[in-house]
Amino acid sequence: MSKKIGVSTPFWRDNRIIPILFQFVFVSIVVALGWFLISNAIAGLNRLGINFGFHFLRRTASFNISEAMISYEPTDTYARAFLVGILSTIRIAVIGIILTTILGVFVGIARLSNNWLVKKLSGLYIEIFRNTPLLVQILIWYFAVILPLPQVQDSIRIGSFYFNNRGAAIPWFTAHEGTIIWIIIFVIGIVGAILMWKYQLTQQMKAGKRKYPFIWSIGTLFVFILLAFIVTQSGPANISTPELGTFNFSGGLRISPEFAAILIGLVMYTATYIAEIVRAGIQSVSKGQTEASKALGIKNSTMMRLVILPQAVRIIIPPVTSQYLNLTKNSSLAIAVGYQELVSVGGTAMNQSGHSVEIILIMIFVYSTISLTTSLFMNIFNKRSQIVER
Amino acid sequence: MKGSKKVMGFFAGIFLVVVLVLTGCTSDDPVVADNGNNGDDTEETTNNTSSNGSEGSTLDTILDRGYVIVGGNNQLPGFGYLNSDGEYEGFDVDFGRTLAAALFDDPEAIEIRPLSAQERFTALQTGEVDVLIRNTTWTLDRDVALGTNFTPTTFYDGQGIMVRSDSGITNLEELEGARIGVETGTTTESNLADQFRKYGITYEQVLFDDSDSVVEAYESGSIDAWTTDKSGLVSRQATLADPDAHTILVESLSKEPLGPTVRHGDDNWFDVVKWVTLATIEAEELGINSSNYEDFLDSADPVIRRFMGLEGELGQMLGIDDEFAVRVIRHVGNYEEIYNRNLGPDTIFNLERGLNALYTEGGILYSPPFR
Repeated sequence: MSKKIGVSTPFWRDNRIIPILFQFVFVSIVVALGWFLISNAIAGLNRLGINFGFHFLRRTASFNISEAMISYEPTDTYARAFLVGILSTIRIAVIGIILTTILGVFVGIARLSNNWLVKKLSGLYIEIFRNTPLLVQILIWYFAVILPLPQVQDSIRIGSFYFNNRGAAIPWFTAHEGTIIWIIIFVIGIVGAILMWKYQLTQQMKAGKRKYPFIWSIGTLFVFILLAFIVTQSGPANISTPELGTFNFSGGLRISPEFAAILIGLVMYTATYIAEIVRAGIQSVSKGQTEASKALGIKNSTMMRLVILPQAVRIIIPPVTSQYLNLTKNSSLAIAVGYQELVSVGGTAMNQSGHSVEIILIMIFVYSTISLTTSLFMNIFNKRSQIVER
Repeated sequence: MKGSKKVMGFFAGIFLVVVLVLTGCTSDDPVVADNGNNGDDTEETTNNTSSNGSEGSTLDTILDRGYVIVGGNNQLPGFGYLNSDGEYEGFDVDFGRTLAAALFDDPEAIEIRPLSAQERFTALQTGEVDVLIRNTTWTLDRDVALGTNFTPTTFYDGQGIMVRSDSGITNLEELEGARIGVETGTTTESNLADQFRKYGITYEQVLFDDSDSVVEAYESGSIDAWTTDKSGLVSRQATLADPDAHTILVESLSKEPLGPTVRHGDDNWFDVVKWVTLATIEAEELGINSSNYEDFLDSADPVIRRFMGLEGELGQMLGIDDEFAVRVIRHVGNYEEIYNRNLGPDTIFNLERGLNALYTEGGILYSPPFR
């Protein structure tokens, strides 16, 4: 029966064939284009006599990288140089994402504040930083804000915190023999505190009267901290304060001006987007929710925490994920202010070794991996925050 | 969620395929990212129609176009920079002009494309520029792995370090722990690492992608020292707010022979650039300059007659006009004139000739015979 219809209908009008035909044509075009690009590239490389391959990764890099998070010497290989670059990128991404989230959420909520000044100030901040190019902002932070700071010898001093045009030197913790024990006891303390909180919460629900679960859990943690003091007879870590050397401070934690500039630039810029997303998320929760909570006599902060934000988070997560990815990728602008992350290391390696194509492939691979991993975690988080339909 | 998982899987799959395809290629199966001009290039190499039958593609393209495209620097006073009239000026720029003079009898038949240290080789490889004259150091690695050919060195340089005079630093050892600024994409970066590795000095490197940024960070005092070729240091020092407050350390970190660079694989164009460059040196040796060249036109000396294109057909062998050397001298001058105009005693740089003097005068400039 269907065969009969098939015979009478020409194939270009056949609903079963056309979609397949279109897909076939589309795929052919894509493949042909890809083939053209690759063969063109191969021809180009052949003509210049450049060999393709990743063997160079095992050669000695013989260039320096500052602010390496793992030990690195110019005698190490290109592969290790890339690893150093990747870690620096991840460092800026992780610290940047944490700070951006804190600042963004804060500003986003502030923009909805009833306080006129707070509302306008956060609005002003968002409009300025969101509407100017990131590279310009990073350059301003570096060349117009950090470099004009005083010289090392006349650092601005606030307690043991020093600020100068070589960055900042702040007191920091250094581990001693008791630190490990401290960490272990502290982690047990946190777990204990959470268990205590959950236990008291169930008790509260059963009994129907206040049991103060939060105070109980803080108390538990406090007991463990006390225990740690007694066991180790010392604080969790030594505090090292910065001291001035010939060229710079030693001791404490040094934050280089380059790192500071790229971090401040990325955080201030991306936080404006997060703030707008947070604001949109909160405003998208229907007004009935607010009115219902008010009718129940829930106070404002509790309403925000227990009613509005949990619903807003569902809307917020997907766009926030893409901002996290943007922040990570924008960290490649660090080269403008001399912070050496993946792209900067790759640029040097490209110039020293001449293997541009391979290095660009490595960069693509690394950024894709970081981005896909971020997306993966955000998707898991997203799933958990969705409405559970019963 | 199920949908998003599928999408994730889809992208991961595509990604994997791409990576596999690309990494699967071994060294005898090269791949490169697309570079815009490839199409033109293959065309050029196929219709090689030069008078002497060699590959004349680049030269033909330039002659058809009517001007030379030179990859240059716009941030290095004395070598290549924009003057207050908005025109390119400098030692490297003048060598670009010698090519325009030799080919078109017009030193202005030239287009300068300012390139960063990092962009320059890509621009040359892809055919965006005909020749790269941008204080570029000749190294084996670049000569071989980057697909470039280096023509004779026009400037023998060495890498130096500039520090503030009041820091009291006089040698490399005293830079222990210092913050040192470098421009990325240069041999300076690895020379610095090599030298400090040799002495076992630790230092903090601050890497910028253009030299203006390095100088700005240095002037603000954020970095203690900065390094580049000594000629570059001298040229930059002259433009600092207080030139006398800075010192260039005597020690040299490296050998830096700088000269024009062309693409690998076009020997005819390579020869043209090579011999036009050498003509300026030969002219100085013969004592011919832009003001006295006419006196030599009736010279009886066969060496001079061949050089000036009065005898033989040296120019034709290269595929250009026989009197190319005269054109170079008439419009741009000999090596000495180019040097003095841009770097000599009458300029703010006042650079000694040093190694860059003729071999007859204690330097190492030496041109093979024009015959």
